[in-house]
Amino acid sequence: MDNITKMMVINSSKVLPSDVVIKLYESNADVMIKETCFGVMVSGERAVVDKLLSETRKMDPYGIFIKERGFAPGEPNRCRATRRGGARPGFHVLETEERILPQIAEGLRAIDKGEIPRQKMKKKKLELEKLKEIIEKAEVS
Amino acid sequence: MKVFIYPTNSLILSDLVERFGHEPLAVMQEISKRVSNPGLDSPPMNITPEDPKIGLKYAAVEVPSGVRGRMALNGPLISKAEAAIIVRDPVVSFGCMGCARTNELVNFLIRAKKIPILDLDYPSSEEEAKEFVFKISQFLKSLGQGEKK
Repeated sequence: MDNITKMMVINSSKVLPSDVVIKLYESNADVMIKETCFGVMVSGERAVVDKLLSETRKMDPYGIFIKERGFAPGEPNRCRATRRGGARPGFHVLETEERILPQIAEGLRAIDKGEIPRQKMKKKKLELEKLKEIIEKAEVS
Repeated sequence: MKVFIYPTNSLILSDLVERFGHEPLAVMQEISKRVSNPGLDSPPMNITPEDPKIGLKYAAVEVPSGVRGRMALNGPLISKAEAAIIVRDPVVSFGCMGCARTNELVNFLIRAKKIPILDLDYPSSEEEAKEFVFKISQFLKSLGQGEKK
């Protein structure tokens, strides 16, 4: 039996982690659920967890992001309560990416609407001749 | 298809790859294999002295054991990869959370594999985010029908 843990990071204006937890409990699936400050962690058999989370994501497809987690919820070697605080491994990536989740959600919305984004203009590097000119002007003044 | 992601524990890349019907190859899967036994030899991630030996497959013996230990996690993912999405110079890979040499080696090995690769930068505005998601979706569609887990 292949057991996995997945974390749902919720960055939504419509759904709260508590709403998701209630929805997960309603499913009556054989999984372990833990509500956290960033969302929810769900642990159980791979097929069950995958199916359950893809159903739950429908609550807000643009506000719920899912990734696998190496450690089970409450793992004593990982839990900050037993490690006397501090950032847990993986926190910094989550913190960095959490800030851009609203923008990613906009990107997903745009794809569903069929929008094709404009290609960003690439900045040209400063040409050598131009740099020489700048240096010469600076020397004169 | 199995798509390697870099940064290897990225939430956004892992989510997008799965959303568009492919299987993300993330470091969490490797860690999960190590920490699912009842007793751990070397908590929290159970990187034991055996792992730098496994890393010898990817880096020479003079290379620091930290690099080889990390490669014991990343190496199996690279060997399974059929495509890759790479974010260039992610901020989180700088400093004590990352290892510059391992990151270089991972990027080199994935490029040496000659598989389809998409290089991106993390978006800093809404327009860039739209382009970021669009490029990923087009890349994953171009890989063909995804193999769902």
